[in-house]
Amino acid sequence: MALAALSAGVLLATAACGGDDSSDESADGSTTITWWHNSNNEPGKGYYEKVAADFEAEHPGVNIEISAMAHEDMLTKLDAGFQSGDAPDVYMERGGGELADHVEAGLTRDLTEDAADEIAKIGGSVAGWQVDDRTYALPFSVGVVGFWYNKSLFEQAGVTAPPTTLEEFLGVIDQLKAAGIDPISVGAGDKWPAAHYWYYTALRACEQSVLQDAVQSLDFSDPCFVQAGEAVEQIIDAEPFNPGFLSTPAQTGPTSASGLLATGKVAMELAGHWEPGVMQGLTEDGQGLGENTAWFPFPALPDGAGDPTAQLGGGDAWAVSEEAPDEAVEFVKYLLSDEVQTGFAENDMGLPTNPAATGGVSDPALAELLTVRDSSPFIQLYFDTAFGESVGGAMNDEIALMFAGEATPQDVVEAVQKAAEEEQ
Amino acid sequence: MAHEVTDPAPAAVSGHDAPAARRAIARRAARRSGAPGGRRSDAWRKRLEIALFVAPALALIALFVAWPVASAVRFSVYRWKGFGPLEDFVGFDNYVSVLTDDVFQGAVGHNFIIVFGSILLQLPLGLGIALLLNRDMWGRGLLRTIIFVPYVLAEVIAGVVWFQLLQPQYGMVDAIMSGIGLDPPAQGWLGTPDHALWVVLLVLTWKYLGLAVILFLAGLQGVPEELYESAQLDGASWWQVQRSITIPLLGPTIRTWCFLSMIGSLQLFDMVWILTGGGPANATTTMATFLVNQGTDRQNYGIAGAASVILFVISFAMAVAYQFFILRRDTMTERRTRKAAA
Repeated sequence: MALAALSAGVLLATAACGGDDSSDESADGSTTITWWHNSNNEPGKGYYEKVAADFEAEHPGVNIEISAMAHEDMLTKLDAGFQSGDAPDVYMERGGGELADHVEAGLTRDLTEDAADEIAKIGGSVAGWQVDDRTYALPFSVGVVGFWYNKSLFEQAGVTAPPTTLEEFLGVIDQLKAAGIDPISVGAGDKWPAAHYWYYTALRACEQSVLQDAVQSLDFSDPCFVQAGEAVEQIIDAEPFNPGFLSTPAQTGPTSASGLLATGKVAMELAGHWEPGVMQGLTEDGQGLGENTAWFPFPALPDGAGDPTAQLGGGDAWAVSEEAPDEAVEFVKYLLSDEVQTGFAENDMGLPTNPAATGGVSDPALAELLTVRDSSPFIQLYFDTAFGESVGGAMNDEIALMFAGEATPQDVVEAVQKAAEEEQ
Repeated sequence: MAHEVTDPAPAAVSGHDAPAARRAIARRAARRSGAPGGRRSDAWRKRLEIALFVAPALALIALFVAWPVASAVRFSVYRWKGFGPLEDFVGFDNYVSVLTDDVFQGAVGHNFIIVFGSILLQLPLGLGIALLLNRDMWGRGLLRTIIFVPYVLAEVIAGVVWFQLLQPQYGMVDAIMSGIGLDPPAQGWLGTPDHALWVVLLVLTWKYLGLAVILFLAGLQGVPEELYESAQLDGASWWQVQRSITIPLLGPTIRTWCFLSMIGSLQLFDMVWILTGGGPANATTTMATFLVNQGTDRQNYGIAGAASVILFVISFAMAVAYQFFILRRDTMTERRTRKAAA
């Protein structure tokens, strides 16, 4: 009996360590690819089922097993999958430090040669998914962050054109407040929405080379990082935020930052390309702000060394596990093809990276965003993603403290530097 | 006390010594009835029986308690991001960085505020309500139910409800306050660092008062009716009766409740996570939210492991100290009275 229990244990252990080649190829020579994605609502879910079926039809003997999950669930399961060595063959990578960790642990396949054509086609957007000049994932949707605003509230306050400099921006805040409108909502309870202000002022204050060096060397001694914090303080001091912003969540419920913008309680919010979709989900008629939705980029700083047309952004990319069968690479390339990306755009599932699909984006606000993204000299990946969760988390915590008036611009730089040193 | 128990009848055996006494009786009985050769096989069969019955429970404890505890201790001496091999051994570095972390020190402080705050608030309130509900009065069943309902409500549901009620500006609490001309704090009750922890403490009191009341009511049933009757005959007032009879006799129940409350407060997580997530500005972080934040959010599993071991040690030390200094009195008095009675 003890022997039976022991062998059962061994069997379990072997099964748990799956992901080796034998489990992908069954006796009749067919190959199974496991694919995890987060489009668990229509039309995305159905569209991806069709994409998988088309691929299977063209590649006899390949079977794609899809798991469509809610985003947060997917992240938890991916973590667990990586821990147990049981990650799916094709999955989503957010890039930056997280990807670098996966690469270092030998979990993610190098696609540089196998997908050279696709990488060339996507262009600059792949930068966030490269480690030491090797590309490990193909971004399929990349968006930028900026101010989403309510056109009618701006008109009501007498604002004629969106602000382009920090000074104009502070002027708009005053105008809105004078009209009795809460100017900005921010989900500082979730920390990252507050941190995006600092990311953007850093992008405006620091030269591109300084930022790129900082991501590599984790050295934040350049004075532009303190300057970034000072600009954020200037905005905080103007008191533009919704009452209770310190505990406001980013996107959950009608009193979240997105909910307040969607229901006309505030005039603007700093958010990414997901915002129109999130707002639609938070209003009863499913319209969000509807035709009042508009967008302007983060304003320039008076003496910032950064390019005012550079944008902060990020997105999702398809990655292939180190242990996955070769067909998985073919499938990822197919996901980035003109055909699939156009369908992806037509279904409003995100901002496609394949230039051939640009015409497919029908939503006017998103189409405009796409122009901004493609004309931007470079897109800085969200700093928390770029630095990895440990340094990024410390950074977000300290910036949130600054929003509560309990940290100075210097404290933010020091906290980030300290977390970075612990990392090395 | 001069009389030692010599041959207690089974019915007289009770309390903490019961198993030992029963074993002794069984042994004696076995000696009397069993044939000399059968003794050894009997003992073996007994051991086998015990092993058989205890094994499933032990296996579950090993799998779900001992193994995770051991894993946490192991993680705590490595720097580890949650995947790949455990190889970056750092010794006690993680412990040092947890113990010198301002946020963790704040978290320990918050935990102790909750430990003492809960007892100081819930003990008088719970006792008062229990004494009140112990009297014959109209609507007693209904009142008991109302007070107990929050305790049976799932923590997450209660948390979400309170989170909505306490929303700044649009929430019910703020609406009522502005309705009667009071000024709610600009950042809301949960968004103002100076208020947040106290608001969490109030919500916890609302949630856990029911448990205190139910335990005290149960304890009150154990106070013999005759004592009340004789006190009445002696002309004692209601207050005198409560002060000199009820509360002293309720002592063991109160002390046990304090113990449960203390351990719950040290491990506090769900309500804080839902209401504030440890914010604003780390004003409500507890040891448990700290370790979850470090572990699953930032993937510093080594730091989280160290924090969890520290939480375990603090809880364990407090539990042992409480047993030793406070609960032991109960067991000792029990023993003494039993000996005196014999």
